[in-house]
Amino acid sequence: MSGIAGVSVGRCEQAWTALDGVLDPEVPVLSVRELGIVRDVVERGVGLEVVLTPTYSGCPATDVIEQGVREALESAGLGPVTIITRRAPAWTTDWISAAGREKLRAYGIAPPGPVRPDQLAPVRFHRPVSASTMVPCPRCASTRTERLSAFGSTACKALYRCLSCREPFEHVKPI
Amino acid sequence: MSASITLARTPTVQYLLRIGDTCLIHAQRLSEWCGHAPILEEDIALANMALDLIGQARAVLTRAGQVEGHGYDEDQLASLRHERDFLNVTLVELPRGDFAFTVMRSAIMAAFFVRLWERLVDSVDPEMAGIAAKAVKESHYHWRHAGDWVIRLARGTDESKRRTVAALEAIWPYTGEIFDADAVDEAANALGIGPRWSELHPDWLTDLTELLAEAHLSLPAARAFRSTGKSGAHSEHLGYLLADMQYLQRAFPGGTW
Repeated sequence: MSGIAGVSVGRCEQAWTALDGVLDPEVPVLSVRELGIVRDVVERGVGLEVVLTPTYSGCPATDVIEQGVREALESAGLGPVTIITRRAPAWTTDWISAAGREKLRAYGIAPPGPVRPDQLAPVRFHRPVSASTMVPCPRCASTRTERLSAFGSTACKALYRCLSCREPFEHVKPI
Repeated sequence: MSASITLARTPTVQYLLRIGDTCLIHAQRLSEWCGHAPILEEDIALANMALDLIGQARAVLTRAGQVEGHGYDEDQLASLRHERDFLNVTLVELPRGDFAFTVMRSAIMAAFFVRLWERLVDSVDPEMAGIAAKAVKESHYHWRHAGDWVIRLARGTDESKRRTVAALEAIWPYTGEIFDADAVDEAANALGIGPRWSELHPDWLTDLTELLAEAHLSLPAARAFRSTGKSGAHSEHLGYLLADMQYLQRAFPGGTW
């Protein structure tokens, strides 16, 4: 960014800071920035254009998140706000920041591991579980865990149980 | 708001409606399980898969409405069209049956959708390419989950095997329609919107053959029977489904909450 654009850069930076305060309604320790769904903030006339990429096609939190983003920016005096939905490239859990992953773990939700390149290869059923697909317990860090349910309380999670500390926990599925 | 809407039937609109309606009607059938599935985990799983499909349907029907050009939105498309204007494949409108029927249908449809979305990623329509990039991951997860259940049921008890075999026999005749080529497919392919569905058949069949082998089931023989939902001529079941699904908007036109 050039020095001439200094004022505009300031407005966008203010916007990014304001977005730190917009939390995911379903995982209320994670900001929309940490979740990786805010892809861009651009100045448009007197207002801002915010580019969001939805997590799942049917995620019911999408509308609430848009509303939260709009309200946060407008109350910071950065409005009017236009929200653009950008579907491609598709959101991946790899976009969740390192700080976001740690917050998930501390909240009791096992963060996703990296998306494996073979994940979208043709499915071979009854594959042995490899070390890279093990999900450590967010409470005691044991890797002796098992999946109870492929789906969970929200579209992005699966349900697990720790065989060491016996606590059930949720896991954000790597996609 | 007017009572019913009819869309201009250009090939591109029809191609998009086939995709969006198949997602929507499949989702409606899956969501009937909510509160009724055999175990809690599967209740959640079926509702989650329905949610993904509704999200995909919303995006595709929104796009169909934009392309059609009369300004209809996703809700109007879902709630205000008549049975003959829905272009979903007949298979997804069949009653939900038992759990074996539901997971067999889900596996068969997910295998198809994985192959369709994989190709739609290269659509000249950037909106469809974006929808596909997201949806392909979701369909993969559905394929894995439903496929696991097909194997588990088919290799489970005598009763679960009997039901799984019956489900496969009942469903198989309806799979032929999915891959039949016609003028809509040709036009969409020529325009670069998406593939002819007939091109997806070999890979779909490979996936299904592998799954059924793992489940110790044999591939049923091809049938001459053809369903025709893709061109709007449906089974007797869709009308009842729509009566249920569209009730609120028909009774209280334009109602919002």
